[in-house]
Amino acid sequence: MPSAAGEPDRAASVVAPARQPALEMRGIIKRFPGILANDEVDFDLRVGEVHALLGENGAGKSTLMNIAAGLYRPDSGEIRVGGQPTTLRSPRDAIAAGIGMVHQHFTLVPSQSVTENVILGLGRPRFRLDLAAFEAEVGELARRFGLTVDPRAKIWQLSVGEQQRVEILKMLYRGARILIMDEPTAVLAPQEVDELFRTLRAMTGDGHSIVFISHKLQEVLAIADRVTVMRRGKVTAAGRPTAGATRADLARLMVGREVLETLDRTPFAPGPLVLSVRDVRTDNDKGLEALRGASLDIRAGEILGIAAVAGNGQSELAQVITGLRPWSGRIEINGQEVRHGSARDAIRRGVAHIPEDRTGVGSAPNLSISDNLIMKSYRSAPVSRGWVIDSSAVRRVTGKLKDDYQISAPSIETSARLLSGGNLQRLILAREIDTEPLLMVAVQPTRGLDVGAIESVHRLLLDRRAKGAATLLISEDIDEILALSDRVAVMYEGHVVGLFDAADADVGEIGLLMTGGGVEPGLALVGGSGEEIVS
Amino acid sequence: MDLTTILAAGIATGTILLFAALGEIFAERSGVLNLGVEGMMLMGAVVGFGVTVSTGQPWLGLALAMAAGGLLSLLHAVMVITFQADQVVSGLSLTFLGTGLARVMGEGLSKAGAISLLPKLTVPVVADVPILGAFVRDQSILVYVGYALVPLAWYWIHRTRQGLELRAIGEYPTAADALGVDVYRLRYRYVVVGGLLAGLAGATITLAIQPGWFGDLTVNGRGWIAVGLVIFAQWDPIRAAVGAYLFGAISRLLFDLQGPSDFFGVANPIFKDHSLTFFLEMVPYILVIVVLVVGSREAARKRLGAPAALGRPFIRGERGA
Amino acid sequence: MTPAAAPRRSVTRTPVEVRLERRLEVPHWLGGATTAGAIVFALALSALIIAIVGGDPVKTYLHIVTAAFGGPGVISDTLVTATPLILTGVACALAFRMHLWNIGAEGQFFLGAWGASAVVLVPLLPPGTPGIVLIPAMMLAGFVCGALWGLIPGLLKARYGVNEIIVTLMLNYVAIAWNLYWVFGPWSEGGFQLTRQFPRSSWLPRLTDLASIDRAFSGLTVHLGFVIAVAVAVMVAFVLRRTRWGYEVKLIGDSPQAARYAGIDIARMTILVFAISGGVAGLAGVSEVAGVVHRLQGAISPGYGFTAIIVAYLAKFDPLKVIVAAIFFGALTLAGREIQPSGIPAMIQGILLFSLIGSEVLLRYRIRFVRRIG
Repeated sequence: MPSAAGEPDRAASVVAPARQPALEMRGIIKRFPGILANDEVDFDLRVGEVHALLGENGAGKSTLMNIAAGLYRPDSGEIRVGGQPTTLRSPRDAIAAGIGMVHQHFTLVPSQSVTENVILGLGRPRFRLDLAAFEAEVGELARRFGLTVDPRAKIWQLSVGEQQRVEILKMLYRGARILIMDEPTAVLAPQEVDELFRTLRAMTGDGHSIVFISHKLQEVLAIADRVTVMRRGKVTAAGRPTAGATRADLARLMVGREVLETLDRTPFAPGPLVLSVRDVRTDNDKGLEALRGASLDIRAGEILGIAAVAGNGQSELAQVITGLRPWSGRIEINGQEVRHGSARDAIRRGVAHIPEDRTGVGSAPNLSISDNLIMKSYRSAPVSRGWVIDSSAVRRVTGKLKDDYQISAPSIETSARLLSGGNLQRLILAREIDTEPLLMVAVQPTRGLDVGAIESVHRLLLDRRAKGAATLLISEDIDEILALSDRVAVMYEGHVVGLFDAADADVGEIGLLMTGGGVEPGLALVGGSGEEIVS
Repeated sequence: MDLTTILAAGIATGTILLFAALGEIFAERSGVLNLGVEGMMLMGAVVGFGVTVSTGQPWLGLALAMAAGGLLSLLHAVMVITFQADQVVSGLSLTFLGTGLARVMGEGLSKAGAISLLPKLTVPVVADVPILGAFVRDQSILVYVGYALVPLAWYWIHRTRQGLELRAIGEYPTAADALGVDVYRLRYRYVVVGGLLAGLAGATITLAIQPGWFGDLTVNGRGWIAVGLVIFAQWDPIRAAVGAYLFGAISRLLFDLQGPSDFFGVANPIFKDHSLTFFLEMVPYILVIVVLVVGSREAARKRLGAPAALGRPFIRGERGA
Repeated sequence: MTPAAAPRRSVTRTPVEVRLERRLEVPHWLGGATTAGAIVFALALSALIIAIVGGDPVKTYLHIVTAAFGGPGVISDTLVTATPLILTGVACALAFRMHLWNIGAEGQFFLGAWGASAVVLVPLLPPGTPGIVLIPAMMLAGFVCGALWGLIPGLLKARYGVNEIIVTLMLNYVAIAWNLYWVFGPWSEGGFQLTRQFPRSSWLPRLTDLASIDRAFSGLTVHLGFVIAVAVAVMVAFVLRRTRWGYEVKLIGDSPQAARYAGIDIARMTILVFAISGGVAGLAGVSEVAGVVHRLQGAISPGYGFTAIIVAYLAKFDPLKVIVAAIFFGALTLAGREIQPSGIPAMIQGILLFSLIGSEVLLRYRIRFVRRIG
C-alpha cells in the first residue's frame, strides 16, 4: 500500500541529526544486454542533505537512481531506506518507502489538469472525485514550498519550468521524503535554476533529502552538500563534501582525464549571406502562435546558436527553415526567396537537417542502416538511375559512409533501431553532411550522447563550418551554444530578442533575455512565461 | 410514416449501436483499438439466440452472450496488451474469428422459429406525452438499460477516480504507470468491458429488437458502424447516444420509404422499381462516411482527438507518449 | 541512459516469472519456422473445435487435401480460386506496406467486376468486337473502376485524415448494394439476379480450350487470369524492391515522420497507393467475371477481399509470397465449399490469423522463464 498521506507528516519533519542515513545502496549490480551499467555501486544519502550524483552520460547514474525509484530491479545488491532493508519492485513500492523521482523527461498527462496529474494513481478517493477539494490541497502544498503553479491549469498550457514543479508536487503530495532529481536544470533558464534551488533548499530545511543527478560541475558545487562521482558504472568518489572541492578535481574524477574537451576552431571568416529570415510567423502543433515575427541572418562559414528556454519557438523555427512547417513572412536561401516551402524544396536548396527527434524523425527505426543513409540521396545518381535504385551503388555508397563516419554496427543491413545514440547520430550526420549542404540546421545535436560522441558531433559541425557551411545550432545546453557559435541569438516567445558575438557574450544577460527580462514593451505580446497565449 | 413510430423504432435499433459504441469508447479511452466489434456482436447474437432457443431462458441467453463477447475480447487483449501485436490486425482477426465461430454455432438456428424474448415495458403517464412518449412506450427492457448506461458511462469517465485513471492510461500510459497505476490490468479490464457490451449489443438484436438468426446479416456491418460512431462521438458517451438514436431513426425512415406508392402526391420511384431499394441500403453506410468526414474536420478544428496513446502498445520502461 | 535493449517486464505473478526480452537480431530461420508453427497450431486448434461441434477433423482435413490437390482437375480448380486471391492479396499487401489499412478489396473487386461487365453489357464496345480488343478494354475498365473506388478512402485520408479502415469497410457494403442494383435491375436477365452470359470473345482463354490439341487439357478451367495475377505480383514485387517509388512506400510504412523529413509527399503517395491497390483488386473482379462466371451476378465472391487480408498478412506483405499464400487459401476456400458446417473455413481463417499474430511475438521477443528474486 502506498502511503497516501496528502501532507507530509509534520511530526517527522523535525530536522533529524545530519548523520542519520535516509537511503543506503550497497553493492548494486545492474546488467543490460551488452552493458554493465552498475558495477558494485555503493551510495548513501543522509537526511536533510542535497547529494549530487555526478557523471557523464552513460556513467550509470540514472540507472542507479532508477533502481532506487523502483523502475529497474538490481541483479544484486542491497537497499536500505531509513536503515531498514527494503525491496523495491515498482515505483509504487518506492513511493511507499518515501522515494520519489523526477525524471528528465516529464511524465505528465497533457490533456489533464495539474491537480488531476498530482492525484493520479493514489487509489483515492474510492469512487466519486471531488476535484475542487483536491485543488485546494494541492495549491496549499505548492505555496508551502514556493512552487508557483495554478492547480487548475492544464499541463499543455504550462511552461517546462512549471511542468517540473508539477512533477515535484506529485512526489511531495505522496509524502516522498527522498526526492531524486534527474538532470533537473537541463531544460531550465538560469533564472529558473535559481528558483529551483530555492525550492530544494526549502525542502531540505523541511527534512527532505535530495539526490541531484547532473553532469554540470558548476551547479553541483552551487547546490550540493556532498557529491558522489560515477564513471563507467563505477563510483570514483563517494560522498565527498563539496566544500573545498574544485571543478578541476571533479572533472578529473568524472572523465578520468586531465582536461575537458578543447575545440579546434578556425578563425571566424563570414562569407556571403546564406539564410535570411524576416518577420516569420507560424503556429505550433497546438495551433498557438509559436513564431511571432522572428528575423535572423546566417552567413557562410558561420555558426549561429539559438539560446532559448524550451517552447519559445526555436523548434518551430528549425521546422520552418527545413520546410516541415508552413509559415508566413519572408525567407531567402542563398539569395533566392523560398515561396512554397516543402521538405523536398529545402533539400534541393541545400538545407541539411539534424532533427531534434533522432529516432522518430531523423531515422526509420526498422529499416537498415543503408536504407537510412540514402534518405536524402535516393532520388539522384549514383544511388538511382531513372526510377530504378541501383542496389550495388547503394552498397558501395553507404558502406563508405559507414566506414568514414565510424558507424559501428555488424553491417549496413543492421536495423537503425539497434544503433546506440551516438552511432545513430553519426549516421544522421553522415547522411546530412554527405549532401554537402550550404546550410545545416542542427537541433539538440548532442542531447543524450556520451562524451566521446559529443566530441565527434562537435568536430563534424566545426569541420563543416571551416568548409564554408552556414549552421543554425539550436541547443538547450547554453555552454554548448557558447562553445560552438560565432554569434548567439536569444529567442523568447517567438521573437529574436537579442543577438551577441559569442566571444564576448555574458551568460547573465543571455539568461535574463531568455526568461523575458529586458524585453522592451510591445515586442513580446504577453508577459511572463507560461501564461496562455491568445492566438 | 409518423414521427413517433420512426422515433420509437429508431431508439430501439439505436440501442444496439449504443451498447457497441459505449463498449468501444471504454476500450479506446484506455488506449486499445478493438476492430473486432462486428465479430463480438455476431457471437453475442448467436450465443444469445442459441441459448434461448435451447433453454427458453432469454436472461440466461443474454448473460452468456455477454460472456461470449467478453471472452473474444480477452483474446484481443492478450494479443495486443501482453504480446503487443498490432491492434488493427488483431481486431480484424477477431472479426474473422467471431464471424466464423458464429456461423459454425448458428448452423440450423435460422430455422429455429419464435423464441421467448426479453420483456417490454411501458412507463405510465410519460408514455402518453407526445414525442417523448416514444421513448418509454412498449420498449424492450434493454432500451431502458441503454438510457441508464449513458449517464453512468459519462459520470464514470469524467467524475470518478477510476475515470481519471482510464483517461490517463489512454493519453499517456507512461505517466500513469510511473504513479503506480497498473496500465496492463486496467487495459485488460476495459477491453473486456468493451467485449461484454458488444456481446450485449449482439444479444439486443436477437433477443429484443430483431429476433432471429440470419447468419452474418444478423449484424450486417453494425459493428463497424459503431466503431465509426465512436469517432463521430469524439469518445463521449452522450454524443454516442445522440448519434446511435439518430442513426437508428434514419435507418427506420429509409425502411419506411419503400412502402408508400406516393409521398403527398409525388410518385415514389422505389415503389415502381424495386431494385432502387439497393440505393436506400447504401445510405447508412454512406452516412457513416459523411459523419466521419464531418467528425474529423471538427476534431481538427477544435483540436480534439483520439486518446493520444490509442493503438500503441504500452511497454514498461520504453518511452513514448 | 536507456540501453538499446528493452528492459524485461513481468507477465504473471507466479514464483517463476515469464519475461519477454526484445530480440536484437532475428535469426534467419526463425521467420519461416514461426509461420509454419503458427499454421500447424491453427490447424490443430481448428481440428479440436471441429471435433467439439461434432465434426470429424481428420476427415475434414483429408477432404480439403483431396478436394484441392487430388488431381490435375482439382489442382486447376485450386488455381482458379487462387487467382482472385493473388490479385486482391497483392492489392492489400501493397497498401499494408504503407500502413494503409485497405480493408476494401472486396468492394474494389465488385467495382472491377462491374466495370468489366459494363464494357459488354452497356455495351461500351459494339457487339462483335474481337477478344483481342474486348478483353484489354474490360481489364482497363475494371482497373479504373477499382482504382476510383480506392481513390475515395485515399482522398479522404490524405485530405481530412479520415480513418481509412471504416471508410473502406463501409464502401464494401455500398459496392455490394451497387452491384445488386444492376443485376436485379437494368442488367437482370428475365428477373433473375444475374445478367445474360457474356459473348465468348470476352472470355479469358482457358487450358480446356486447348483440349483439341491434347486431350489432357480437357476440363481444366484454369484461365489466363492466373498468368496475369502472377505477372502483376511479380511486377509489384519488382517495383517495391527496386525502384525509388518502392523505397518511398517502405519509408512511409516504417516512419511517416521520417518520410516527410526526407521530402516525400505523403498525401500524394497515400492517394496513389490507394488507387493502385484498388485497381489491382478491381482486376481480380475482371478476372472472375471474364475467366470464371462469364456474367455478372449477385454472388461472385465468397469474401475474396477479406481473405486477401489474411493472405497478405501470411505473406508478410511480400507480393511473391502472396502467390503461395493465395494458393493455400484457394485450396481452403475451394474445399470449404462442401464442408459442413459452412462456417468452418472462415473459422479456420480467423484462428490462423490469430495464431500468426501470436507467433510474431516469438520473432520480436525471447521468452524466458526466470525464478523470481527477493
